[in-house]
Amino acid sequence: MSANVPAPAGKKLNRIGLEPSAYRGGKSTLCAGCGHNAISERIIEAFHEMGVDSQRVIKLSGIGCSSKSPAYFLGAAHGFNAVHGRMPSVATGAMLANRDLLAIGVSGDGDTGAIGIGQFVHLMRRNVPMIYIVENNGCYGLTKGQLSPTADLGSQLKNGVVNDLPPIDLCVLAMELGASFVARTFSGDKKQMSALLKGAIAHRGTAMLDIISPCVTFNDHEGSTKSYSYVKDHEEPLGEISFVPFFEEISVDYGPGEVQAVALHDGSKLLLKKLGGDYDATNRMMARRVLHESAARGEFATGLIYAEPGRPDFLGLLNVVDEPLSTLPPEKTRPGREVLDAIMAALR
Amino acid sequence: MTPEAIARQQAAGPAAPQIVNDFSIQVATVNGSGSQTANLVLLRSIFQTGIPVSGKNLFPSNIAGLPTWFTIRASRHGYIARRKEADILVAMNVDTAREDVESLRAGAAVVYDEPLRLDRVRDDVIFYPVPFDRIVAPVCPDARLRKLVRNMIYDGVLARLLGIDLEQMRVALGRQLGKKAKAVALNEAALRAGFDYAASSLEKRDPFAIEPMNETAGKILIDGNAAAAIGAMMAGVTVVTWYPITPSSSVCEALTGYMQAHRMDKDTGKATFAIVQAEDELSALGMALGAGWAGARSMTATSGPGISLMAEFAGLGHYAEVPTVIFDIQRAGPSTGLPTRTAQGDVLSNAVLSHGDTRHPMLLPASVGEAYEMALAAFDLAERLQTPVFVMSDLDLGMNVWMSDPFPYPEEPPDRGKRLTPDVLERIGDWGRYRDVDGDAIPWRTVPGDGMPAYFCRGSGHNDTGQYSERPGDYTSTLDRLARKLDAARTLVPPAVSDEDDQADVGIVGFGTSHWGIVESRDQLREEEDLPTSYLRLRGYPFGPEVEAFVRRYDRVYVVEQNRDGQMAALLTLDLDPALATRLRPVRHYDGLPLDARTITAAIGDQERQGGTR
Repeated sequence: MSANVPAPAGKKLNRIGLEPSAYRGGKSTLCAGCGHNAISERIIEAFHEMGVDSQRVIKLSGIGCSSKSPAYFLGAAHGFNAVHGRMPSVATGAMLANRDLLAIGVSGDGDTGAIGIGQFVHLMRRNVPMIYIVENNGCYGLTKGQLSPTADLGSQLKNGVVNDLPPIDLCVLAMELGASFVARTFSGDKKQMSALLKGAIAHRGTAMLDIISPCVTFNDHEGSTKSYSYVKDHEEPLGEISFVPFFEEISVDYGPGEVQAVALHDGSKLLLKKLGGDYDATNRMMARRVLHESAARGEFATGLIYAEPGRPDFLGLLNVVDEPLSTLPPEKTRPGREVLDAIMAALR
Repeated sequence: MTPEAIARQQAAGPAAPQIVNDFSIQVATVNGSGSQTANLVLLRSIFQTGIPVSGKNLFPSNIAGLPTWFTIRASRHGYIARRKEADILVAMNVDTAREDVESLRAGAAVVYDEPLRLDRVRDDVIFYPVPFDRIVAPVCPDARLRKLVRNMIYDGVLARLLGIDLEQMRVALGRQLGKKAKAVALNEAALRAGFDYAASSLEKRDPFAIEPMNETAGKILIDGNAAAAIGAMMAGVTVVTWYPITPSSSVCEALTGYMQAHRMDKDTGKATFAIVQAEDELSALGMALGAGWAGARSMTATSGPGISLMAEFAGLGHYAEVPTVIFDIQRAGPSTGLPTRTAQGDVLSNAVLSHGDTRHPMLLPASVGEAYEMALAAFDLAERLQTPVFVMSDLDLGMNVWMSDPFPYPEEPPDRGKRLTPDVLERIGDWGRYRDVDGDAIPWRTVPGDGMPAYFCRGSGHNDTGQYSERPGDYTSTLDRLARKLDAARTLVPPAVSDEDDQADVGIVGFGTSHWGIVESRDQLREEEDLPTSYLRLRGYPFGPEVEAFVRRYDRVYVVEQNRDGQMAALLTLDLDPALATRLRPVRHYDGLPLDARTITAAIGDQERQGGTR
């Protein structure tokens, strides 16, 4: 596709010549106004703008409303809707089989925070290259409104039931486990979510995104701490975030000390313009402190919480050949006769 | 020879004829004391002398300090099942020594640590007291190593008493200890010291003797788990995900060793495989399925408790049609059960593992040779059928050392199953992941990154393109095709094999390690009870047509298995013509010990007598 041919009016072609519609999926069956639908839209845009080849994308999920959403984006990509809480293991296995794939896993706060908490913990430890999104609404939507482990202490269901257990903060937990990319955002914050999604695409390792995504049917009322109004009032962005892909030049000027640039594996950059405080997204201890302090105030710290682009990913640790294991021919995977003969001789 | 006949022979006195190459030795020690090396040296030296031999380790669920027994059976007839009676006891464990001696039949022989004074326990057994501590001291100056080395003394004593060539023992020791020169020298000295002591101080009063034969030429000794590992490697497995559990851990540990030795890429030195110890069995199977879905040959290995955890993913693999191989090295259940005892107790649950209408193919190896061959075959079968395949081994096969002919190199290339290519796509036109276009109930599949059309893999109800569907017609259509696919597996799994006696009214059906007790029992039944039998050994599930045909030919069919509830008999009952079900009679062994022939003979003999047919 020649750069001199002007794009047809209204059609925005990316660097591999595709329109945004090429990245769409099926029609959503989620409730009108569901936060997850906004996330799906942002995913479509991010993958389009990054010029990703859908043929190398795999989209995975567990069970829940959030886990239905992969059907609504990237229709040309392979998908795997697994079982409740166990998507991390399936994604890990798929990446072991083919390290060239780009994996995006969508989960919910029940799928990850309750039944899936064990697999989440070990996924963060391993740093498997994938995007891991928790669409976090503090409740179980698909089974009609039960409390989830991320519901805040004292928050209330529509029927008046009050949560009397402390919440699991998935970003704090991810930090504790040594995760290499931790971010939180809100389904209503288009700019922030877009930049973070693109950063996640560029990151080599597990990019964990905790996205507050209100449930309009079961948890958007007075007394919920995950409603649209509550989140808007209590969001504390850590900085103004933008993303520069490796295939574009940085065109903005910043004064010294104003912006922290985090360089990602493929050469892209996340730019964090500081707001007031001096947040350093590469400082693990600071990230933990800020998360705890904002939670103590009943606020949500959002943005890029922490990034460690240089942390080795799981496949690197395993010292696996560069070619995807799923493509290796028998010449490489079936040892020759002399090997079997030698093994037999040693057993006589 | 029956125990009664042996005892009569003993009673006849020192002039009684020898019992050559037909006896069992039981070594009673403490686990963690280094007896395993001495036991394997003894086993190997008999094997090297050309005599068919088997070794069974009866060990506790513990790391060190509890009783352990190792039984070696030498059989010139080639019988390698366990024998309940020990002919020669080596009593090294003070805690169990008295009970060990009391359990012997009259006329047995006992080699024991002299201070135990076991000769006071009874007077109808031949005692050989050996002062182990006195013998080991000059041989092993380092007191810390004496505990490990003193076991080798009983090997030397037995070599002298039984007439085993000490040189064979030295060769066996070298094979066992490899290049550790200091250890070899020390152990050799202990061997020699034991041998010399027996020569100078023990008068042979027992009839047991070893004489060279030529029945083991060219054979190997290996445990079933290592055999399965070799098969998996030769099958080209690339993703191995597992969680440790007794008795399956050594499948993946042996596999790790073989892969690191033989599957590193020659050009880059990198691995052509990924072996991951998962955080639990659910994750292990989840990873294996993710890898299988993405086009790699994958596997996991576990035992009963792990299988229970894997039930949900097994159902997903079945319904979403994702290939993988699951090795179940069965142990005694239910629940935690007996982690170090053998059983065939997962047969029924694995056939239907998961909720809803689920069925899985199972392969049933009976020998280390079949553990290798069926491991190889399982990967082809999983990808051909696009489903998880279970290889049903057990602790007896997996963790004990067995003789075998060397394993044959696989001549056929791997069968990767029906993978959609541009040519096939052109031929069939409109593709759907779950569409049966060839009438064999097996669709064409694509994998991420292969350049072919994508699909959504899901455990929820789906239509033939993989889209979510709640339509009754889509649902029943999928279930019906899955049933037809499993039916097709009847002729793809290894067929049953039979040995039929046209004099026989009675059939025996068995599978797995029960085979060894069955073949010996058939000889006992013929010789002692004048009862000829035919025998069918199941090697795969679902059952091929040869199974029902066999049952149809006999008035009574004894189904021999190592579980309480007759699980294989139940599967047969579900599958066979209902009119045939009444012919099935149970022979159920479930004490956790490997099945012996006498138990089978007694059970069939008793039922035949009760049935009024004899």
